[in-house]
Amino acid sequence: MVVGNTRLLHSGGKLSLTVVGQSVYNGVLIHYRPVACFLKGLRVSEPLLEVQKLFSERDDRVLFSQLSFTLNAGEIVQIEGQNGSGKTTLLRILSGLSRNYEGAIYWRGEPVAEVREQYCRELLYFGHQAGVKAVLTPEENLRWYAALSPLMDAAGIMEALQQVGLRGFEDVPCHSLSAGQNRRVSLARLYLSRAPLWILDEPFTAIDKRGVAAKERLLLEHARRGGSVLLTTHHELGIQGPVRKINLDQLAGTSV
Amino acid sequence: MADKKWMPRWFYQLASPRWCYQITGKLLPWFAVAALVLLVGGSVWALAFAPADYQQGNSFRIIYLHVPSAILAQSAYMLMAVAGAIGLIWKMKVADMVLKSAAPIGASMAVLALATGAIWGKPTWGSWWVWDARLTSMLILFFLYLGVMALNSAIENESTAAQASAVLALVGLVNIPIIKYSVEWWNTLHQPATFKLTEKPAMPVEMWLPLLVMVIGFYCFFAVSLMQRLRNEIIWRERRTGWVRELLDKQ
Amino acid sequence: MNMHTNPRQQASEGMAGLFMATCRREFLLSFRRKSDLVNPLIFFLMVATLFPLGVSPESGFLAQLAPGVVWVAALLATLLSMDALFRSDYEDGSLEQLLLSPQPLFVVALAKVIAHWMMTGLALTLMAPLLGVMLFLPAEGMPGLMLSLLLGTPTLSLIGAIGAALTVGLKKGGVLISLLVLPLYIPVLIFGSSAVQATVTGLPLGGYLALLGALLALALALAPLAISAALRISISS
Repeated sequence: MVVGNTRLLHSGGKLSLTVVGQSVYNGVLIHYRPVACFLKGLRVSEPLLEVQKLFSERDDRVLFSQLSFTLNAGEIVQIEGQNGSGKTTLLRILSGLSRNYEGAIYWRGEPVAEVREQYCRELLYFGHQAGVKAVLTPEENLRWYAALSPLMDAAGIMEALQQVGLRGFEDVPCHSLSAGQNRRVSLARLYLSRAPLWILDEPFTAIDKRGVAAKERLLLEHARRGGSVLLTTHHELGIQGPVRKINLDQLAGTSV
Repeated sequence: MADKKWMPRWFYQLASPRWCYQITGKLLPWFAVAALVLLVGGSVWALAFAPADYQQGNSFRIIYLHVPSAILAQSAYMLMAVAGAIGLIWKMKVADMVLKSAAPIGASMAVLALATGAIWGKPTWGSWWVWDARLTSMLILFFLYLGVMALNSAIENESTAAQASAVLALVGLVNIPIIKYSVEWWNTLHQPATFKLTEKPAMPVEMWLPLLVMVIGFYCFFAVSLMQRLRNEIIWRERRTGWVRELLDKQ
Repeated sequence: MNMHTNPRQQASEGMAGLFMATCRREFLLSFRRKSDLVNPLIFFLMVATLFPLGVSPESGFLAQLAPGVVWVAALLATLLSMDALFRSDYEDGSLEQLLLSPQPLFVVALAKVIAHWMMTGLALTLMAPLLGVMLFLPAEGMPGLMLSLLLGTPTLSLIGAIGAALTVGLKKGGVLISLLVLPLYIPVLIFGSSAVQATVTGLPLGGYLALLGALLALALALAPLAISAALRISISS
């Protein structure tokens, strides 16, 4: 994944590896500044997303304060918490939709507000509402998303619809599809996108068991390719792999 | 906000609601005294000592209320829009509060200007309302104020409400000169050669000096009411912070 | 920050593609939901019908009233259609996706407004002669009416879209939007109806059209920025 020259530095008794250059993610060239990566066994990991001392409140109630964590490449992080604990608010803040917060968010080591365009390019956000137009067909909906995001490939739309089990429905207006099928239309974006960071808010709502299993495999595959996922779900994840959990109920008011 | 330090220090201090509360507390009595002296003195001068108009007699004396309130209504809109811009650019809470506090004062100034204009119109034109260019522009300015206030109260989240009203105030600010120009142009098209109220060919010094006193008095009064509203707003929004609790405990 | 992966040309092609894709999507949406397309036109016709009924059917009197009535009716019809501009996108979540696109938001905002104008403002302009005939507007006034509407209605759509973007997060945005936007419509109304009156009386039209064009240029330059700022603010709550 990492192309370019790597240097080993010896500083203060600690061995650290500095990577200078560029990384190739699925054929897309992404440049970044020299990032100091610590040698952990054999795996070199760089924090993609870093959150420091995040604070947010709603209607005079503190949702979380001093919330700090990092999301590394190849990691799946599940945000847990009761209803109203601020899961959706957190994801909206991290995606850049909501600006009602205090604290710092870094993307590849840069403040996210300064690299907004690049961040949006490398982000795929799946929100509470599916973002599917009822009078358009699944294919028309996905074509629009492909036009919106440069990291989405319009050529793969049929393939993606096949993957989410909507082949044969591509010409049916979405209002005659079921709620679950509508969400599948939006989830088809996951098959099209080459964005490294996925932020998914309750992606499995109204999806049947087989669909959920397929999506879980997809998330795992994404992580293996070096992408990372931040998601909320009430469903117990059946993924055997690099899943980390952050519980907002416990974390509120503490730092990790 | 803080990483670009090219504004003077007091500008950043203004961003602190606590500092703002303290400084307005110190300024308030001075402005209150000045407003009282200027308004009372100016009114007495204007009503008792200034000469009567040779055409309109004593009825012209209402300009001592009409003109200052009209000027204030326009200045308050400017202030509101500038505060909105500062709030949008530097994310300054106090600027948001200034915007919210200035809108109702400006709107009431516009109402005062419209009411005095109507009262003045009765003896001068013989009817309560005439579609005079200045009065029409003032009416539209009043509508702009109503829009900002309505939007501000419709949005529940305070910072969203402030930002949305700031955008609207700025759009209004761009539009005000266009509206003013178009209304004046429309007016000359439809009512050529009407008797203009405020454009006196030459107002003698004895007449405009009390007017000047009244205008300054109105500005001081505006400052007083703005600071009062701002202090209320600061206390309300910062009610959960330590310093406001301490302040309230003391009283 | 290194961002030299994307040559400028490629970016501008992406923007043009997005602009076209947005226009196409908006057209598709309105043609599939025909009521959105037709309702403002019916409203336009009905408002114009109310005046002879409410005031007087006398032809000389109506002819005098006609420029103002057609313009006010067109203004209200545009205003009526404005609220839906971003609302359905907001409700189904596509607006969030739009805001998270790496492409500049004002491109999409402008594309949406232009598509909206083609389906309301342009349609109103084409329908205006019918109303002119109903209200006994002299035949000399027709070119002035159509040209002034052609230049004026895009400005109305652009300004209205700012109001729509500011109120999109509110459940009852419909009345509020008219409160915000109507005072801003006044200059367009004044110059537009004066242009029609000028052609009826045989005065030259150029000056009025130049003024309407200047307003349109100003709105085209500034409104998309205000719309995108307003959308970001409305979504962030």
